[in-house]
Amino acid sequence: MNAFLAIVRRDLLLAARRKSEVFTALFFFMIVVSLFPLGIGPESATLRRIAPGVLWVAALLAAMLSLNRLFAADHQDGTLEQMSLSPTPLALLVSGKVLAHWLTAGLPLVLLAPVLGLQFDLSPRSLGVLMISLLLGTPVLSLVGAIGAALTLGVRGGGVLLSLLVLPLYIPALIFGAGAVEADLAGLGAGGHLSLLGALLALGVFFAPWAATAALRIALE
Amino acid sequence: MSQRLINWFKFASPASFYPLAGTLWPWFAGLASVLCAVGLWISFFVAPTDFQQGEGYRIIFIHVPASWMSMFIYCVMAFWAAIGITFNTRLSGMMSSALAPTGALFAFLSLWTGALWGKPMWGAWWVWDARLTSELILFFLYIGYIALTSAIDDPRRADKAGAIVALVGVINVPIIYFSVKWWNTLHQGASVSMTKAPTMATTMLWGMLIMALAFWMYSIAIALYRVRAIILERERHATWVAELPEMQR
Amino acid sequence: MLRAHGLACDRGDRRLFSAVDLCVSPGEWLQVEGANGAGKTSLLRILAGLAPAADGLIEWEGRPVAEVRDDYHARLLYLGHAPAIKEDLSALENLQTAAAVAGRPLDEGTAMAALRRIGLKGREDLPARVLSQGQKRRVALARLLCSQARLWILDEPFVALDVAAVAQLCSILDDHLSRGGMLIFTSHQAVQLAGTGASLRLGTPAAPREATA
Repeated sequence: MNAFLAIVRRDLLLAARRKSEVFTALFFFMIVVSLFPLGIGPESATLRRIAPGVLWVAALLAAMLSLNRLFAADHQDGTLEQMSLSPTPLALLVSGKVLAHWLTAGLPLVLLAPVLGLQFDLSPRSLGVLMISLLLGTPVLSLVGAIGAALTLGVRGGGVLLSLLVLPLYIPALIFGAGAVEADLAGLGAGGHLSLLGALLALGVFFAPWAATAALRIALE
Repeated sequence: MSQRLINWFKFASPASFYPLAGTLWPWFAGLASVLCAVGLWISFFVAPTDFQQGEGYRIIFIHVPASWMSMFIYCVMAFWAAIGITFNTRLSGMMSSALAPTGALFAFLSLWTGALWGKPMWGAWWVWDARLTSELILFFLYIGYIALTSAIDDPRRADKAGAIVALVGVINVPIIYFSVKWWNTLHQGASVSMTKAPTMATTMLWGMLIMALAFWMYSIAIALYRVRAIILERERHATWVAELPEMQR
Repeated sequence: MLRAHGLACDRGDRRLFSAVDLCVSPGEWLQVEGANGAGKTSLLRILAGLAPAADGLIEWEGRPVAEVRDDYHARLLYLGHAPAIKEDLSALENLQTAAAVAGRPLDEGTAMAALRRIGLKGREDLPARVLSQGQKRRVALARLLCSQARLWILDEPFVALDVAAVAQLCSILDDHLSRGGMLIFTSHQAVQLAGTGASLRLGTPAAPREATA
């Protein structure tokens, strides 16, 4: 457990010393979201209709931007070797890295999303649902993304390949996440979607670190 | 029991599987051609014209078996992946990578024929029907697998990484299918669903089953043929390859 | 005791080495030698359990490493080619994180003392980015001072060190050996250490059957 905390702490420290990387992803999120009204027009009924999808797709892309770096630096400087030799199971350490990734790449999106949602004329209630859906959904993105990042470690053209591998797997999270907000807008109640999102998260927490670890061991050989 | 196990593992070695695949694939290829001919004959000349959909419906004799096959092949790939990870056999990775292009081909065929069917039926080349959408995502999964395995130079590493992709994918396929279905019912855009196909005449069913069988035989034949090529490529330095009669020329 | 029989390693299509036997008992050291590309690093990685051997068996205290992996890793310290130093962390943070990951967290005092002993006094809080190559190696080597591991596997530990640092590292290694530790390392230079030592020469690699990078 100590090693787990040490990894989380270290990755947060590293992110704190390289703030620009965190902010780049955030600004990317903001810009992508702001582009849609410019492309579609400022009519508020339309904007409200597309808001859940736009915000979720943008969050998904922004979360993916930073995946490349999840393991690459550790692989290059030998830290990954040390992690795999640790008496603490590698899967636990990988979970630590995923947690740190979510805290630096996912959580800021959750916090920023309601502000951007205002641009789309969403009601406070829907903004709340949007936040909860992102709160449940972005960890899934980090978890599934970790598998892709581990698989493409040190592979030619890894960045594009990563999106090719990961984006199809993001679809359920996108559907339930955006669906929750839409259901709320339609006055249907978002409970069903949110619980399914929670189920995805539980499944991800259970399986993803294990799969990412297997992929990392392959990359280390 | 143990006798059988030993037999199985004997063929897990590329050296003994290569000649076996060599003798088997022409048989499967032959069966595939015969079944395909019979199936197409039934679907074009024997099966009655559908009173609702006219002649256009006949594309389902290709479309439905192709969709079945694309899904089934992904499961088979995942099966080989699991075998490869558990027993660390070289052949399983080769089988997976031999199957992937065929699976992607069937997924593509299913999408293509689905579009062709959709135009006369629904008046649009593409509708966001749950099955079509899932098939599209399945196609993406195949492409991801092929892209990853071909981007890794070391074949052993490529096999193992591919195995993880296949297993992660196969866990996700039902989730994706379910979520897309959920999404589809929520949006009710495409209210025409392929599930609501009118009850089928027995001849139609036969045509479809025979075509499915033909696709099976084709897949087996082409996978065996491709795995032979992969074995030769990977084992080109092994002595048994040098001693093959086809290498003596 | 670490013992290996008939180890072999493949790189791509060619066999780097085969039939490597070795045995290291408490208080003994083993220097792995060989030309560039002979597979020194590969051998160390196989011994550390980072990469699988193409053939052969590795035993720790008489049992196959595959069976006692956790116990083996708890008693092993491996320093690879890449020193596992984060440029953005200070020397102290690097050392503390590395120790925590290795399962032996260090309090700040102990870590500071180790860094001072290895010759980084006054640089404990500088980010590793501003340290020289040799100083970065020292940060990595500071882990040796705090290590309780029985077996040290070090890949080129003397690289980038000045004369004083080499002498200091030798004395650290001597201490380790005199406490009954085991040591396997690679180096191009002749090293004189206390205790019984042996050297293992990895043969010139067979001519590749195909040009590989």
